[in-house]
Amino acid sequence: MSDTVHDSGEVDLSRRKFLTAATAATGAVGAGFTLVPFIASWKPSERARAMGAPVEIDLSKLEPGQMITPSWRKQPIYVVRRTPELLASLEKHDANLKDPQSGASNQPAYTKNAQRSLRPEFLVLFGTCTHLGCLPKERFKPGDAQLGTDWPGGFFCPCHGSRFDMAGRVFNGSPASLNLAIPPHSFASDTKLVIGVDPTPAKGAA
Amino acid sequence: MAASSHDAAGKGGFRAWLNKRLPVDEFVESQLTGYFAPKNFNIWYFFGALSLLVFVIQILSGIFLTMHYKVGEATAFDSVEYIMREVEWGWFIRYLHSTGASFFFIVVYLHMFRALMYGSYRAPRELLWIFGMFVYLALMAEAFMGYVLPWGNMSYWGAQVIVNLFGTIPVIGPGLVEWIRGDYGIADSTLNRFFSLHVVAVPFALAFLILMHLVALRQTGSNNPDGIEIKQNLGADGKPVDGIPFHPYYTVKDLVGVGAFLIFFCIVLFFVPTFGGLFLEKPNFEPANPLSTPAHIAPVWYFTPFYAMLRAVPDQQLGALLMLLAIVVFFFLPWLDRSPVKSIRYKGLLSKLFLGAFVIAFVVLGYLGMAPAEGLYVLLARIFTVVYFAFFLLMPWYTRIEKTAPVPQRVTSHA
Repeated sequence: MSDTVHDSGEVDLSRRKFLTAATAATGAVGAGFTLVPFIASWKPSERARAMGAPVEIDLSKLEPGQMITPSWRKQPIYVVRRTPELLASLEKHDANLKDPQSGASNQPAYTKNAQRSLRPEFLVLFGTCTHLGCLPKERFKPGDAQLGTDWPGGFFCPCHGSRFDMAGRVFNGSPASLNLAIPPHSFASDTKLVIGVDPTPAKGAA
Repeated sequence: MAASSHDAAGKGGFRAWLNKRLPVDEFVESQLTGYFAPKNFNIWYFFGALSLLVFVIQILSGIFLTMHYKVGEATAFDSVEYIMREVEWGWFIRYLHSTGASFFFIVVYLHMFRALMYGSYRAPRELLWIFGMFVYLALMAEAFMGYVLPWGNMSYWGAQVIVNLFGTIPVIGPGLVEWIRGDYGIADSTLNRFFSLHVVAVPFALAFLILMHLVALRQTGSNNPDGIEIKQNLGADGKPVDGIPFHPYYTVKDLVGVGAFLIFFCIVLFFVPTFGGLFLEKPNFEPANPLSTPAHIAPVWYFTPFYAMLRAVPDQQLGALLMLLAIVVFFFLPWLDRSPVKSIRYKGLLSKLFLGAFVIAFVVLGYLGMAPAEGLYVLLARIFTVVYFAFFLLMPWYTRIEKTAPVPQRVTSHA
């Protein structure tokens, strides 16, 4: 045993502890980096990202008061052509809304206005409830039998009863606390809506 | 073989050969024939062994389902229908697995109620209780991901609601949800990873946690309906006077329990496998459809008490937090109970009332979680959520001030 120990004839315990700790720490760092590929493999793949590319929608056949639900990134998008009456209804119930100015809600800056849209006529929303991701149903008719005579028209979520107006703003008393989110979108022409692309600065916010 | 001459005693043969290499006899002695359990176990003590039985049923039926199931958003739903209609006995194996899932929760909830009644979570069994709670958590993850695999419409929308709960976490929420799904919505990638977790990762974790639960049980020994430590009263032979060997006494008793349990299990399995939409929900017999929400999204019955709490709160972040707390609070039970006695038999009236109220709240919340979230139902959900939490949060108070009955020296039994 004597020929394997230090010159002093004693084991340098502090040196041994340091080397053991340093080896363990180096190993731990290595193990930590090894986790990266496994954790990163859960992120959306290249294919998923490619399939999440922008989509173009033809608006020429959309009548006033109608809604279409194309999908983008596997999420339903609500595109509504609002009638002047429905637009007018937006101004009357700010007091009943949780977030009338959409301050806390998610939308591109160019839609953070009274109508929550690039062009007031066209409302573009994520069709997923901000509560738990169900699909709010269209209840555009004012005074809906189920929702009461003072119902101004909007969306009603069948899962947990969240209610939204014709700009996707959430009413008081709903389990959802945020307005329906708005995807990035722009108009390539008068009748062509592009979802997933912001307007170019030249066209600007309406 | 018996003619082996290296041992003068000439005994042993294969058994001696084996034990020299693998401690079989030693294991049987320390874990079964020499492991003493209290002699006053009642009917509530069946449910631990029954949980293990259901675990085995789930593993076996799961192995055979995996042989026919085809993971993938285009194939999953059809392959489950194929199992149901075209694989020989496929319906039996599938219903065995789905009935097993619900019965797993039934026996685990009864097992947990037993612990609440007799103070089985109290010192020195805190870790035993905590391992049990981790088993429960793993079981919830396993059940949730298993429910997604048939890719019915309730699978899809249930996954949507549960995964979106992670989105309520401040700052990291939205990124975390995308990472869990592996796509911008619940998609093929989500189904694939849930399949992997359901079939490989979580069962491994469950097996490990169950093993740790049993190792911790062997270390402390079982509690009993009187809440007395039998190890503190040893006979002249050094064995607990109130204990009997686990084998053959409790192995045989548990076999009777297994027989009785299988009667109930088979009635459901063969006659009412969907249990009127409770064990297999009706919307799940339609394929997943991202553009059509089922009229009422409700999880399977074993999650509905927590779902009712989630919906009782008008704010989604707080609702999710409350639901999380409803489970986390169980972990602190060993330190919330300040009573000088363990068992409900010797606790005061307050403990009995609170435990009764808790059970009622749990069952009522379970019902409310399936009912639509409107009007009176929401009000009731709020009231019973308060009752649920009062059981835990007021426990340090009511267990200390109430008058307890004297605990006997020996366990009480009719035998």
